[in-house]
Amino acid sequence: MDFINAIVLLLNYLFVPALSYGSQLALGAIFVSLIYGILRFAYFTAGDLMSFGTMFTILFTWYFQSFGINLGFLPTALLAIPFGIIVTVLYVLVKDKLVFSYYRTKKSPPVMLAMVSIGTMFVTQAIVRIIIGPSDRRFFDGEKFILKANEFKEMTGLNEGLTIKSTQVITLLVTIIVVSILFWFLNKTKTGKSMRAYSDNEDLALLSGIDPKKVVMITWVIAAILATIGGALYGLDKSFKPFTYFNNMLPIFAAAIVGGIGNPFGAFLGGYVIAFSEILITYAYKKFFVYLLPESLEPNSLLQLLSTDYKFAVSFSILVIVLLFRPSGIFKGKIL
Amino acid sequence: MRKNLDVISAYSIMLALIILVGFLQSWSMALSILCLCLISAVMTMGANIQWGYAGLINFGIMGYTALGGLAAVLVSVPPVQEAWQVGGFNMILCAFLIALMVFSIRFIIKRYNKSNKRNYGIAAIIIVGLILLRLISAPAIESIEAVNPATAGFLGGMGFPILFSWIVGAFFAGALAYIIGKIALGLRADYLAIATLLISEIVIAVIKHEDWLARGVKNVIGLKRPVPYEVDLQTKEWFINLVEKFNQGALNLITDTLERQELLKQLVIESSTVFVKLCFAGLFTVVVIILLIITQKALYSPWGRMMRAIRDNEEAANAMGKNVVKQHLLIFVLGSAIVGIAGAMMVTYDGLFTPGSYRPMRYTFLIWVMVIVGGSGNNFGAILGGFAVWFLWIEAAPIALFLINFFTSGLEETNAFRVHLINSIPYFRFLMMGVGLLLIMRYRPRGILPEKIKHI
Repeated sequence: MDFINAIVLLLNYLFVPALSYGSQLALGAIFVSLIYGILRFAYFTAGDLMSFGTMFTILFTWYFQSFGINLGFLPTALLAIPFGIIVTVLYVLVKDKLVFSYYRTKKSPPVMLAMVSIGTMFVTQAIVRIIIGPSDRRFFDGEKFILKANEFKEMTGLNEGLTIKSTQVITLLVTIIVVSILFWFLNKTKTGKSMRAYSDNEDLALLSGIDPKKVVMITWVIAAILATIGGALYGLDKSFKPFTYFNNMLPIFAAAIVGGIGNPFGAFLGGYVIAFSEILITYAYKKFFVYLLPESLEPNSLLQLLSTDYKFAVSFSILVIVLLFRPSGIFKGKIL
Repeated sequence: MRKNLDVISAYSIMLALIILVGFLQSWSMALSILCLCLISAVMTMGANIQWGYAGLINFGIMGYTALGGLAAVLVSVPPVQEAWQVGGFNMILCAFLIALMVFSIRFIIKRYNKSNKRNYGIAAIIIVGLILLRLISAPAIESIEAVNPATAGFLGGMGFPILFSWIVGAFFAGALAYIIGKIALGLRADYLAIATLLISEIVIAVIKHEDWLARGVKNVIGLKRPVPYEVDLQTKEWFINLVEKFNQGALNLITDTLERQELLKQLVIESSTVFVKLCFAGLFTVVVIILLIITQKALYSPWGRMMRAIRDNEEAANAMGKNVVKQHLLIFVLGSAIVGIAGAMMVTYDGLFTPGSYRPMRYTFLIWVMVIVGGSGNNFGAILGGFAVWFLWIEAAPIALFLINFFTSGLEETNAFRVHLINSIPYFRFLMMGVGLLLIMRYRPRGILPEKIKHI
């Protein structure tokens, strides 16, 4: 019995939260990785693009709510996400036309483009803060829990409860659907294959008649879709605050690099690697061992490897270690 | 003279703008802008050495700034005796342990060939070392933080004058840069950017959460100043006389002695803040000028030419027998050390150390905007960028207010849209920075004052 209790404890505090956080990171990391693979620069606007998409999702959610439209037990935001995506897609395409296309045709070095993306980061951040303000916002409605701790305890007769929030399930399901569609698109369709070819060898791809404009445009569209979905899911699960989103850029980059930057599948796994290691290392295992060990061996400290304050530091240290020993990432990068 | 016309005119415009602020808003405001402009100029010089001279991207400026600030605390605050008594021994032991770990790992790396066995050995040393560190430091940290937590709760510093911290800050930042450089400098440009950005976040996390070191987010306030305090000045005979002399005209107009006394008192209070800021501005100017002379000399020395050669064509420079790795490391350390000086200067100026206020937007990306806008590779350009961008950063709010009022003048005062815009004025500075950076990168990619290379 104690053994099952211990497992449930870990599931509740470790596995489920890490899985949903990892999915949110993975969506971000995939698009950073795609942009890196095809447009060939580090896209520093990543976090702010996510907050831009989330902001429009929130605005549409409010708009629907004002008409009394909702999805019953599901959050209204799910209905608003497609509209958020449309606005974000338009925004990135306009941004590409006005800003990035000039440097692309001039064949500027990647560093230059990264600097330009810092410029767009400032602008995007300003737009988000001017429109919706910097404060913390929650936009979740509908049923909050799928499984409550008390219900679980009654059901199984265990001491430990297992809570599953509906946002966690939604996050996981949406991520699975989106990511499988994306990989199907990249691997099976002609456009997806041309994107991979372009990423692999630009000159050869151009020689074989691939339209670079189309490839670039589709990359931006995918980036906007993933950014909006990832951002909205994160906002639903936690809350929306522009500064947090900007900070999320860092673990997203870490995930993309750990997975091998330029490799979307690696980035997808990288998101989970980062999320799990952050939570595994900062979790206090005292209760877990209380269940497992006999009473005489019970630990009296928290058994926490690092305090939760260092959550970010953990993922960055992993990144530094990966950069040192496998600069191309765990899964070899630069192949789409 | 003609050759430097652009430099001179750009700087005179900048100076005129600051003086204009003095007339329009207040002299105290103008001087605080000037002081922070000077600090920004030091930071941009540091970033410019790395990016402009050598083409190294360092997005970790925030980390070095914070380390400089930490140095200011550790140098100037008097030691907390009680805390040293309860936990000092253990902390010193920890320092020795870390040194021991580093040297033993170095020894193993030097002594044995690369193999799995060596890797396991190093991993074992690190793990055992970390556990020992944890065991030794945990009780010490707890007792240190329990010492008078409202005002102390940390080990305190050395109690030296704060000016020393400018040098110590440079050493701190340089040491960190040496470690980071050893780890990360082999990376490609964009990886290096991300790695340094992340490492600077780690530095901030450590400073924020290690309360025994510098009180963490509880902040250290009331650092000693290298210049006189306003309150002391207001009672000094010579200062009052000085103020009286300067304001002779205004004072003579008033015949009533009581009123005259009142006005004089007010003038003394006002001028005391101005005087203090003038002192700061003087100190900072000295630093900027010294650094400018050194960096200019370096730029046009054989060493500077070598750096440019490395920047423009690494392989060719390497083929000519220049040690690229070593030079990169050197310039990374030098640039970061300069940023460390700026960090210490900033804490000295504020008189307080608030780790929570270190954010990458303000301390990393803004500095980069300054370097790019001003002109990378040109020290005068970098300094000008620091001045211009900081000026805009501060004055963005009044400018935005003016523009909003101008464009929405047709709307009523209570119009929701207008009120919303006016409430979000602080964020227009991000918009201005972003648009400014994009415009400069598009139409003047080498900055306001581009790099000039003297051909001999």
